[in-house]
Amino acid sequence: MTRALAPLLALLLLGAAPGTPPLRVCADPNNLPFSDARGEGFDNRIAELLAAELGTRVEYTWWAQRRGLVRHTLGAGTCDVLIGVPVGWDAVLATRPYYRSTYVFVWPRARALDVRSLDDPRLRTLTIGVQLVGDNGVNTPPAHALARRGIIDNVRGYPVYGDYGRPHPAAQILDALVAGDIDVAIVWGPLAGYFADRLAVPLAAAAVTPAADPTGLSFTFAMAVGVRKHDTQLRDRLQTALDRRGDDVRAILDAYAVPRAEVPR
Amino acid sequence: MHWRNALGLGLALFSSLLGAMSTVSDRPQAVAAGSDDGQWVRAAGDYASTRYSPLAQITSANVKQLRVAWSFSTGVPRGQEAAPLVVGDTMYVVTPYPNVLYALDLRAGGGAVRWKYEPKPAAAAQGVACCDVVNRGAAYADGRIVFNTLDAHTVAVDARTGRELWKTKLGEINRGETMTMAPLIVRDRVLVGNSGGELGVRGWLTALDLNSGAVVWRAYSTGPDRDVLIGPAFRPFYAADRVANLGVSTWPAEAWRIGSGTVWGWISYDPELDLVYYGTGNPGPWNPEQRPGDNKWTSTIFARRPATGEAVWAYQFSPHDVHDYDAINEQVLLDLDIKGQRRKVLVRPERNGYVYVIDRATGEVLSATAFAHVNTSQGVDLATGRLNVSEDKTPVLGKVVRNICPAAPGAKDWQPSAWSPRTSLLYMPHQNLCMDVEAVETSYIAGTPFVGMNVRMYAGPGGHRGQLTAWDPVNARTAWTLKERFPVWSGALATAGDVVFYGTMDRWFKAVHARTGELLWQFQTGSGIIGQPVSYRGPDGRQYVAVLDGVGGWAGAIVSGDLDPRDAGAALGFVNAMRDLPEHSGKGGTLWVFGLP
Repeated sequence: MTRALAPLLALLLLGAAPGTPPLRVCADPNNLPFSDARGEGFDNRIAELLAAELGTRVEYTWWAQRRGLVRHTLGAGTCDVLIGVPVGWDAVLATRPYYRSTYVFVWPRARALDVRSLDDPRLRTLTIGVQLVGDNGVNTPPAHALARRGIIDNVRGYPVYGDYGRPHPAAQILDALVAGDIDVAIVWGPLAGYFADRLAVPLAAAAVTPAADPTGLSFTFAMAVGVRKHDTQLRDRLQTALDRRGDDVRAILDAYAVPRAEVPR
Repeated sequence: MHWRNALGLGLALFSSLLGAMSTVSDRPQAVAAGSDDGQWVRAAGDYASTRYSPLAQITSANVKQLRVAWSFSTGVPRGQEAAPLVVGDTMYVVTPYPNVLYALDLRAGGGAVRWKYEPKPAAAAQGVACCDVVNRGAAYADGRIVFNTLDAHTVAVDARTGRELWKTKLGEINRGETMTMAPLIVRDRVLVGNSGGELGVRGWLTALDLNSGAVVWRAYSTGPDRDVLIGPAFRPFYAADRVANLGVSTWPAEAWRIGSGTVWGWISYDPELDLVYYGTGNPGPWNPEQRPGDNKWTSTIFARRPATGEAVWAYQFSPHDVHDYDAINEQVLLDLDIKGQRRKVLVRPERNGYVYVIDRATGEVLSATAFAHVNTSQGVDLATGRLNVSEDKTPVLGKVVRNICPAAPGAKDWQPSAWSPRTSLLYMPHQNLCMDVEAVETSYIAGTPFVGMNVRMYAGPGGHRGQLTAWDPVNARTAWTLKERFPVWSGALATAGDVVFYGTMDRWFKAVHARTGELLWQFQTGSGIIGQPVSYRGPDGRQYVAVLDGVGGWAGAIVSGDLDPRDAGAALGFVNAMRDLPEHSGKGGTLWVFGLP
């Protein structure tokens, strides 16, 4: 009797209806501002919001965002949801986007560089840091855009995986900015928004313009929630939850200073 | 102090006694000759990497009677690329991650587990490895079995007891480094290299002390000469390479620091010249337009002194590689009559589609002949040694480039060839794949969206995806070739009985006639074969042939990694060419040992 009640009590204590399965979220345990094992990322917060709206709780499967992320998480069936995936990523089935962000220029606020355009002539002399994805000949859109302009020798690459033995490894490019190894960094917006006032030196950021390259390369991406490719039922439930809690989602993004972008025309 | 010395001496005597008892052969061998003591103490058989067994009980006449002597399940259902080793009356098998080492008793029919050693590598290493979680085998010397673990450690284990003697951390998985290659032991130096070329890892070859596991030297593939161990003795054949610090000046500023050139393939050794030879992987992790220059010393072969690591010569097969043409394949050390002259050469079937015959004392390219369909280049200029690259086959973001041949795995990948001194033919397992490259999909890593490069591989001309080619390096031509449905991702073995063995991904272990290619015998295994066949003389005096099944690796990741066959771009585009593999093979991990009745 007691043994049978214990799990039920545990569920009640967590505030979930008995028998409701948890929202099983796949997340990186060390990737702020997106997610971490302490639940401090905005993806964590959005996951909790969606779970609450669905009348359940979040259960995490932690997996570093390296090779085989989808295969080892959604694919292996250990979790069902990836928060914050780009629309158009064909590895998952996605909801409609709930925000669009942009790559941004970042510099130490004290230097007032105010770089806004890829065609700014100062980019030929400043030392520029970009994120490296290391996916066989492919890089982040700003890296390609700089190379196309012949800006090569003054560009430094920081593998987005970073040194995973350290906290929030993707932010190591911003540490380089603080240390003065580079003058300006071009990073995915949420990273800059979150760390702008959290490092030893305050940072300033501005969206990369023009918003798209003539080659068709865009610097803005719309982000959504992803599930397994055939899991339309779960996707639809998450869509409903996102629609109902849209204001709360936007409030979370605002709290993390996630730069937002317009849909490019 | 004196008593410690005495103890050390005693141990040394004891281990040399053990060595003598198990008839261990560490003596330098004639370059082209296989080990004649019936053992198989390193993945490639001998230092020259011939994978030739001088045993001749199994012949082209009687091989049709070959049958299973015994089998053994490793319990690890991933891509099995390793060569079993045989030392005395024991066989040693190292598995893919979690890199279990088994010692199997060959007496009394064979197969009983004497011991197993579990290094317990960090599980996170699996997420770092690019192409399945393979291991290409162990090496034996002086009473020790030495091998690498996926989480970038080298371990030495007592061959008799399975006790760990030392374990040295060489790389950092948190920065993308793994280790998958088979070490080569030269005297008291254990030579090992790293994997992880796509992640901004800086490639290196490292020598460890066989006795202590201490790092003796490390030679980086990129960077200043002092890091690459290029000094006064360095004398590359081509004048353009005789310039200081090319490992820095052939890159944009600082890019060499993350320039890749990992060392995950084969090492050969010439005891007479006292040189080790090995190749480096492709440049990375920038896209090609972001790393103008030759990107030295990636996709390069080095000749070095094993004692000091000092570079003696180097030659870059694919300068500024844009196709993922790693240059880590085997180099087979042979003495051949080239244009009427006896030359000390190394023969290298290269990923870019050419068989190179190189003077191994000087690094001079004597010939480079296409052995497969190649349109990414038009031959090698023998005056300069330079590959003539076809610019129209360079992948550019925002442009669709079709019909790039060979595809990213090259005309031939890591799968090692065998050489028979009886036929003077090199038996090369390889693939026949082309690819299309286009930028289409949005991709995503660690919170950073970007536009991915969509790579689709497919069968090259003829429609077959694999081949075993018998190549005549003196006349630079194909003697015969066999077509296979899938890439031949296994190694080859040649024997003095004029039989060549290899395995296919659709589960056949085959014996063909070394002179004609005629199929003499085949056996259907449980899973496809990507391992390295070996031959040995058992304690009963009889010849055996052993191979692991267990499909996987980059080519077989669709099965071993449960990839979605509809995802054409998975496994860096390889899945598109392997959609039907799951119909022909499931996962495996069984050792098969064959003998005559």
